[in-house]
Order: sequence, then C-alpha cells, then structure tokens
Amino acid sequence: MLELKHVGYVAEDDTEILSDVSLSINERFVAITGPNGGGKSTLAKLISGIYMPTSGQILLDGIDITHMSITDRANLGISYAFQQPVRFKGLRVRDLLRLAAGKDTTLAQACDYLSEVGLCARDYIDRELNDSLSGGELKRIEIAMVLARGTKLSVFDEPEAGIDLWSFQNLIRVFEKMYEETRGNILIISHQERILNIADKIVVIREGKVDRVGSREEILPGLLKSADTGNTVCDLLTQKAMS
Amino acid sequence: MDEIRMNLLKEVADLDALPVGAYNIRENGKAAGRNTTANIDIVTKQDKPGIDIIIAPGTKKESVHIPVIISQTGLTDLVYNDFYIGEDADVVIIAGCGIHNCGGELSQHDGIHTFWLGKNSHIRYVEKHYGEGDGSKNVMNPTTIVHLDEGASMEMETTQIAGIDDTDRRTEGDLKAGAKLEVREKILTNGVQNAKTYFNVDLNGEGCSANVVSRSVARENSTQFFDSRLNGNAPCAGHSECDSIIMENGRVTACPSLTANNIDASLIHEAAIGKIAGEQLMKLMTLGLTEKEAEEQIVNGFLK
Repeated sequence: MLELKHVGYVAEDDTEILSDVSLSINERFVAITGPNGGGKSTLAKLISGIYMPTSGQILLDGIDITHMSITDRANLGISYAFQQPVRFKGLRVRDLLRLAAGKDTTLAQACDYLSEVGLCARDYIDRELNDSLSGGELKRIEIAMVLARGTKLSVFDEPEAGIDLWSFQNLIRVFEKMYEETRGNILIISHQERILNIADKIVVIREGKVDRVGSREEILPGLLKSADTGNTVCDLLTQKAMS
Repeated sequence: MDEIRMNLLKEVADLDALPVGAYNIRENGKAAGRNTTANIDIVTKQDKPGIDIIIAPGTKKESVHIPVIISQTGLTDLVYNDFYIGEDADVVIIAGCGIHNCGGELSQHDGIHTFWLGKNSHIRYVEKHYGEGDGSKNVMNPTTIVHLDEGASMEMETTQIAGIDDTDRRTEGDLKAGAKLEVREKILTNGVQNAKTYFNVDLNGEGCSANVVSRSVARENSTQFFDSRLNGNAPCAGHSECDSIIMENGRVTACPSLTANNIDASLIHEAAIGKIAGEQLMKLMTLGLTEKEAEEQIVNGFLK
C-alpha cells in the first residue's frame, strides 16, 4: 500500500506544483486524471523518487520512503513507466528487459514480455533503443519493462499515448495480467475514458491539489458530464476527441 | 607462453591458444610464430620490418591472425604490413597490438597496414589496441591505408578501450567503382590519455560508398580529437558519424569535413558530443541500478 501524507512539491523556481496531497493507494487499478499541467506527472515522479517532496511524507507498506533514492525505491518494489520513454544508443531491447527482470531472465522470458505488449519478439529483441524505433514502439517496450519487473507498485504515466496500432483492449489486458501475477497496485495516469473505466479508484488532480477521490462509479460520470458540456473545468473532451 | 603474453593475445586477438589457419605473431619486435596455408602466404619483408600477407584469388572462409605483443619496456617498434587480397576472396583478418609495460620507460608500437583489395573481394578486418601495466607510457600509432578495386568491400572494426596513453590513428582509403568501405571505431580514454583519430576517404568510382562511424567515451581528464574527411569525386554515397560521450573533465573535438567534387556525390556527416543524459541514468535507476551501475551500462552499451 502506498500512502501520501500532506505531500507538497515546490520547484526550483519557487513555483508550487503540488500542495497538501494526501492519498492512499491500495486498490488494483487506481487512475489519476485531471487537466494538463495540474501536477499528475509530478506526483508520479515524487512516488518513484525522481523528484523529492518539499513537504509531507510518502510510505510504502508502512516504510517511510520520502527521502529514499530512485534506486532504493525501485528495489523496494516501485516501477515507473515514463511518459516519454528514453532512448539509448547501443543498449538493446533484450539488455533493458534483462536489467528490468533480473540477471536470471531467459531469452524466452524476455520474448514473452514483448509478445505481451504486442511486439514480435524476433523482430525487436536485438534492436537498439535508438532513433530507429518509433515513439509507439518505445512506449510498448517501456510497458514491457514494467511487466518484466513485476513489482508491488507499478506507475504508468499516460501509457495509452502512441499505441494507435495496438488496441486499448490489449493494454487493459496487460494491466489485468500484471495484477494477476503481482497482486500489486497499479497506478495509471490517464485522460482516457477507456482506462478510467477499469479503475477501481479515480483521483482527480487539479491545480496541484486533490480535487476529487472516489470509486469509478462516483467520479467518472461527473468527469464525462463536464467534458461533454465543454466545461473547461475538465479537459477530458480534448483527449477523447483525439483518440 | 607466459601468462602476460597469453593475456595480451587474449585481449587483442581473442586467442586462448595458437589460432587455426594462417597467423603471424610478433613479439617485442621479432617474429614469434607463423603459419601459412595453401591459400594464404606470409612473407617477411627484406627492405624494412614487417610482412606481406598474400591471399590467393577466390580464397573463402579463411582467417589470418597477426597480433603484435610488447612486454619489454622501452621498446619502440615500427612495422609495415602489406595485405594483398586476391579477386573474389572473402576472408577475416584479425590484427591488434597489446602492450604490457611494467618498466619506467615508454613502449611504442607504430603499425602501418596497407591493403590492396582485388576486384569483388571482401574482407572483415578487426583490430584492437590494448595496454596494461604500470610503466611510464604506452603509445600506439596505427595507420591503415586501404585501396579498394572495383566491387571490393571492406568492413573495418577498430577498438581501443584501455591502457593506451597516446595514440595517433590514421585511416586512409580510396575506392573504385562499386567498392564499399565500412569503418566502425570505438575509443575509450581515461586518466590523462590523448587520442587523435583521422580519416580520409576518396570516393573515386561510380557507385562506391563509405560509412565511417566513430563512437567514443572520454573520461576523467582525457582528450580526443576526431577528424574525418570524405571526398566525393564521383557519383557516390558517403556517411560519417562521430558520437561521443564526455564524462568528468573529458574533452572531445570533432572536425568533420565533406567535399563533393561531383554533382551526384551524396555526403552526410553527423556529430554529437555530450554527457550521459540524466533521464537515461534515471530510467536505469528505476530498474534498480545505482547511478554508477547505470553509467557503466550506458557506456558499455554505447561502445559494444
């Protein structure tokens, strides 16, 4: 279980990005949504250790991880799929999957992870993660890495971006399978109705604060309504129109 | 052979024992072993130090190993090796030089390798330069000159990963019609090492092509200088790439130069120098690696 207690983050230029965020995440799928620039990605980075909170406390299964490094959090069981995957000249897909899954991973297992995200293992396992891969391909490899880690908390920052040639249904199936195998918590930052639709809990972050928290049944109808009426309070509509 | 010699051979030519096929081992400036085959002859030069390697036309699936090892401190070794590759031959040539310098003096090896590739021949040429020991200084100045006849192709892989304090590497090539030259260079320098590397390729024949790719890592207080010149003198294709990672106080200068002397010459250069991106380190750290482990993975992958 992940707990955030009064977490705040002030950037180096003194802009307050998040303030007084308190949440507990112990459900199967938790979706974080809300307007662009509201602080969702910052929250994911605070959880994974890329940013350190300037106030408050973060606990993972009761252990205070507030000031832990990225590495220590990863080893404690946090995985993080970047919104914009990183390219590496010279490192191949199989190298990254092996680093993600651990040294004892067989080539066959690494291939399975690729197949899970809809990539033909034979075509991709020896490819470098360089400019020859499209954004969508990198995105799926990023998801495969989190799948390979199989940790108790997996954080995905807008995993749906760039999966146009694949289907949402497959992405959702990956999340479901991940849960079956890890029984961990899966935290997904998303604007997509289809992803919000599988969430057990939805958190709306707006202007650096928790705006609403509740079950899908409680939160989703309100979001869709405000989007359909063109209410600027929520930008889901723009995202829906683009999909 | 003793352990030092075996280790040098392992490092530069990946040899655990004497190689299969043709070979010539040079140790401390003298011949230390040779084998020839029906198709590959190795002849000692009479006018200067070095050997001629003569590969008969049509020779296929054979290899030649010509490692040089230096374990004597203070030795300056200059050698001229000429390779004559017959028409339609297809062979692998493994060269390389290893220095073990435990004395207080400079050890130096200057190898001048000249290749004449016959029509439609193909070679893969692998050379590795390696130094070890706590002597004063290890210097290597390899020069490679390649003449490619019509339809000939050469893949050259050259690596200097450790222990060479000073190097001046020169590669020159001229290509006739339909010839193809692929060069992949990998260099890692650290400490106060200095590496200079020059390429000059004349694309003289219609439809010939050259691809020169250099990847390097400059660590600590080391310096590197990269100078690549492609001259398109005919309808041809040329591509050169210099990609460097700098770490700590490492310094790299890249001076690419392209000259098109023909309207149908197509030449491209790419150069990139920079430190390891913070997001690359972060990504690997989210997989559980420490920052130092992440750095190692990135450097090793880059130079693989």
